Amino acid sequence: MAAEDGSAEDRWVDDHAGPVVRPYAMTGGRARPVTGTFDLISLVMATRSDAGGESGLGPEHLAIVALCQRMQSVAEIAAHLDLPVGTVRVLLGDLMARDLVRVRPPGGGAGVPDESVFEAVINGLRAL
Amino acid sequence: MDYGHSERAAGAPSLPTAVKILIAGGFGVGKTTLVGAVSETKPLRTEEVLTETGVGIDDLSGVEGKTTTTVAMDFGRITISDDLVLYLFGTPGQDRFWFVWDELALGAIGAVVLADTRRLADCFPSIDYFEERGTPFVVAVNCFDGARQYRLDEVQTALNLDPGVPMVLCDARRRESVRDVLVTLLEHAMKTWEARHGGIEG
Ligand SMILES: Nc1nc2c(ncn2[C@@H]2O[C@H](COP(=O)(O)OP(=O)(O)OP(=O)(O)O)[C@@H](O)[C@H]2O)c(=O)[nH]1
Ligand SMILES: [Mg+2]
Repeated sequence: MAAEDGSAEDRWVDDHAGPVVRPYAMTGGRARPVTGTFDLISLVMATRSDAGGESGLGPEHLAIVALCQRMQSVAEIAAHLDLPVGTVRVLLGDLMARDLVRVRPPGGGAGVPDESVFEAVINGLRAL
Repeated sequence: MDYGHSERAAGAPSLPTAVKILIAGGFGVGKTTLVGAVSETKPLRTEEVLTETGVGIDDLSGVEGKTTTTVAMDFGRITISDDLVLYLFGTPGQDRFWFVWDELALGAIGAVVLADTRRLADCFPSIDYFEERGTPFVVAVNCFDGARQYRLDEVQTALNLDPGVPMVLCDARRRESVRDVLVTLLEHAMKTWEARHGGIEG
């Protein structure tokens, strides 16, 4: 706790996490999810209608569960909740560890589409 | 209080597969407009907060500590079927965010490089990137009002483009025009995929 370590103003900023620090505080400072890798287009669906009784979850966790009553990609969750993608990944890891969400990685798992995917996308686009 | 029972976990239908296409090109070339023209939602914006240490940004070398940068990406969604969802991602323009491109390009089925004939050079970095990476792409020339109309072969020459790369004219504001660009891309991507996986030698 050396006095040289930072000005009082620096500590004030740390103690009163403003908008810039807020996402970091939400994850308890964690940069990585406890489990899972979450691609931007991994699809997420809640397994329950409500996670309100779970202890240890913050309002952002509950907001994700509420949002994912309808399937959403990781990118959509981040956009709708106005959170950085990295923060959403950490929160999703917490939810996945509790089986509160199901997650489907993109491109059928291997990340590489097969021929049927191309055909389906082409047909879908033509119908636009 | 029975939180243990879950309504949907057992026998839940499997989630759809998601695929993505990247929309690249220079600053202000119409990437977000293109995404919005075909997306079923208005384009959404997501942000990645990056710590720049170790990223290898020359002009910051020697600067220690947690410099963070926010990179924004616009994207849209097209639900193809119950099994398949397509996402379109506009790539962040700045060249120094290549590492974000790497994440975006991973698993992408293809890319559209938007070109503005008034500023053709702006799309060189995107073309170089996808060529090098082997990501199938098409070049879509966005026809801005008041821009001199060039023939596609003139643009192709100016871009020094492999003749195998499809080129199309488009209006990024029009849904049918963007749809045609995407169909051209998908057909090209499928051919590329078949050539790589279909056992066609040489
Ligand atoms: N005439 C014409 N104008 C267009 C077309 N596409 C986009 N614009 C206009 O060009 C401007 C820039 O379009 P954006 O879609 O924001 O471009 P962008 O590539 O997303 O821009 P950045 O994300 O800032 O790099 C907007 O004012 C659009 O309305 C087009 O096909 N024709
Ligand atoms: Mg844009």
